[in-house]
Amino acid sequence: MPISRRRFMISAALSTSTLAMPSFLRAQGKPKVVVIGGGAGGGTAARYLAKDSKGEIDVTLIEPQQAFTTCFFSNLHIGGFRTFESITHDYKTLESTHGIKVVHQMATAVDRGAKVVTLADGSKVPYDKLIVSPGISLKWDSVAGYSQEAAEVMPHAWQAGPQTQLLKSKIEAMKQGGTFVMIAPPNPYRCPPGPYERISMVAHVFKQKNPTAKIIVLDPKEKFSKQALFQEGWQKHYPGMVEWIPGSILGSIKSVDAKSGKIETELDVFKADVANVIPAQSAGGIAITAGLTNDSGFCPIVPDSMQSQIDENVYVLGDSSIAGDMPKSAFSANSQAKVCANAVRGALTGSRVFPAKFSNTCWSLIAPDDGVKVGANYEGAPEKITKTTGFISNTGEDSALRKATYEESLGWYSGITQDIFGA
Amino acid sequence: MRVVERFGLANLQSGLAFAVALVAGCMAIAGNAHAQSSEATGKEHDRLVSRGVEVFQRCSACHRIGVEAENRLGPQLNNLIGRKAGSVKGARYSPAMVKAGAEGLVWTPETIDAFLADPKGFIEETTMGLRGVDDADDRKALLAYLESFSTGPSNIPETPVPTRTGIDAGLPAEILALKGDAEFGEYLSGECVTCHQASGEDKGIPSIVGWPPEDFVVAMHGYKSKKREHPVMRMIAGRLSAEEIAALAAYFNKNGQ
Repeated sequence: MPISRRRFMISAALSTSTLAMPSFLRAQGKPKVVVIGGGAGGGTAARYLAKDSKGEIDVTLIEPQQAFTTCFFSNLHIGGFRTFESITHDYKTLESTHGIKVVHQMATAVDRGAKVVTLADGSKVPYDKLIVSPGISLKWDSVAGYSQEAAEVMPHAWQAGPQTQLLKSKIEAMKQGGTFVMIAPPNPYRCPPGPYERISMVAHVFKQKNPTAKIIVLDPKEKFSKQALFQEGWQKHYPGMVEWIPGSILGSIKSVDAKSGKIETELDVFKADVANVIPAQSAGGIAITAGLTNDSGFCPIVPDSMQSQIDENVYVLGDSSIAGDMPKSAFSANSQAKVCANAVRGALTGSRVFPAKFSNTCWSLIAPDDGVKVGANYEGAPEKITKTTGFISNTGEDSALRKATYEESLGWYSGITQDIFGA
Repeated sequence: MRVVERFGLANLQSGLAFAVALVAGCMAIAGNAHAQSSEATGKEHDRLVSRGVEVFQRCSACHRIGVEAENRLGPQLNNLIGRKAGSVKGARYSPAMVKAGAEGLVWTPETIDAFLADPKGFIEETTMGLRGVDDADDRKALLAYLESFSTGPSNIPETPVPTRTGIDAGLPAEILALKGDAEFGEYLSGECVTCHQASGEDKGIPSIVGWPPEDFVVAMHGYKSKKREHPVMRMIAGRLSAEEIAALAAYFNKNGQ
């Protein structure tokens, strides 16, 4: 066994000469890894580091929320297919089973020179390696008139939690025959098929409760993920209900007014009874504060390890990273986290480091038992994470296959949340 | 007793009294079904059997059928029709399955159909992981396939078991002989457990924990060579080398013990 041989050599080195010790062992006590963000990237990275190092690494997870509601499957909650509780997870298993120190505070600053994270209460957490996985921040000013306050009236629901519940309740309470307007986000954003799965779920609710309602999608883009599949599905399940207007027809969105529900565009003024405004996005706030982003607003990384290109002691995962061809998804973040955990553990304990393998699959639900999926493999090529092979569901698939795809997505949700949160 | 109730119901639906079904009816039912299946001759039967080959993929994780089929996680399925439930020597059964056999459950087209439609509804504590084959046509196809490996009026006892071994035949011996590096497999397994629950629980996506390594290797190469259908699995297996597949097989086998 290579590991035990290595352990033996390390202990032999310890007994004879401290000069011969690798630098990572000179630090006092166990090596420390701090993970900022307890979502798909951070939770997975913390769990794999703690699990695989078997106590050799001291892992601290910093996550302000006591319980985490996953953005993935939050559209299914809106559609009535999942309870809010079923998409909300706590951190108890990570603490009890894996010995991870979970600190429920906001990380407010990173002193990369001193290798210390500062928390909201002023306390400081030192690290040897830092993993930053804070998801996205919303660029409020990307839509004139939109703000954090306006989001209480026109929810974004692009960070799951109370915003998801707010949007769901507004959709359910919308007047008969009313108009639901979504402002879709520009690229790059979290969960490429997400806005269009949401449209499907809103349409599903309206079909049952408000069949004369209209749905309008104001999209700055010309095309979107799984477009043919979604448009086929909308026509089949919700004929005449959904109108998608691409940027070339729409022109720019001039402003939104939360009070009146008016959305002014170059094309027209739209009056929304319920509006869902999904603004442009950038890396999570702490990644920006820590100086890990470039001009794009996201964080450049080394493709085969997720190490920051800006600081070798920092790794960036998930939505905040510039992951080349990989989409911003929970599956991607989870996949990147395992590559990163393997690299970080290798750097700190000398354990075996295996080649990076990345993959992603995104399932979307269009209507009851009508699921579709898209996925790809990626490799850590020198210049960027690069797609190797992929697949997508076909239009016109039979209902049995679509049902199986949906059921598969339920299995995936159980699998990935177990992989992130340990239970 | 739920098992007996369900068993009784399945037979009563065939128009036979419960007691008769238990004591003497099984052969009659089997014969009846064989008569039906022999009517479905020619093209239709071929179509059914070839569809059955596809449906059997869902079973092949745990069951073998055909020449030299051995018990795996589940019993081998040659000569299934007319067999007492829980009776294959050396197979691992749930106590519930053995009990059902002792109480008179015999596998006939009807009982197999009812079991496949809702395994845990039919035998509440069965350890068979399959959640059920919802589609009645798929069950019919699967039955036609299973029947082709059973002796019966259309498949007389003297005839050797057909040589068909399904889609997974022909993996070179050197690939099967590869010894996997379980530590490497543990790293690689990270990719699997995003969807296949590490606990071994099966929900919409099959469990892959505790498989005999050879079955694991055969299945993964089935996807790698695109003989097996699933697009995600083709993608994942497609870029794994034979060594990596062996490593995963070693890890998941170890992990299940």
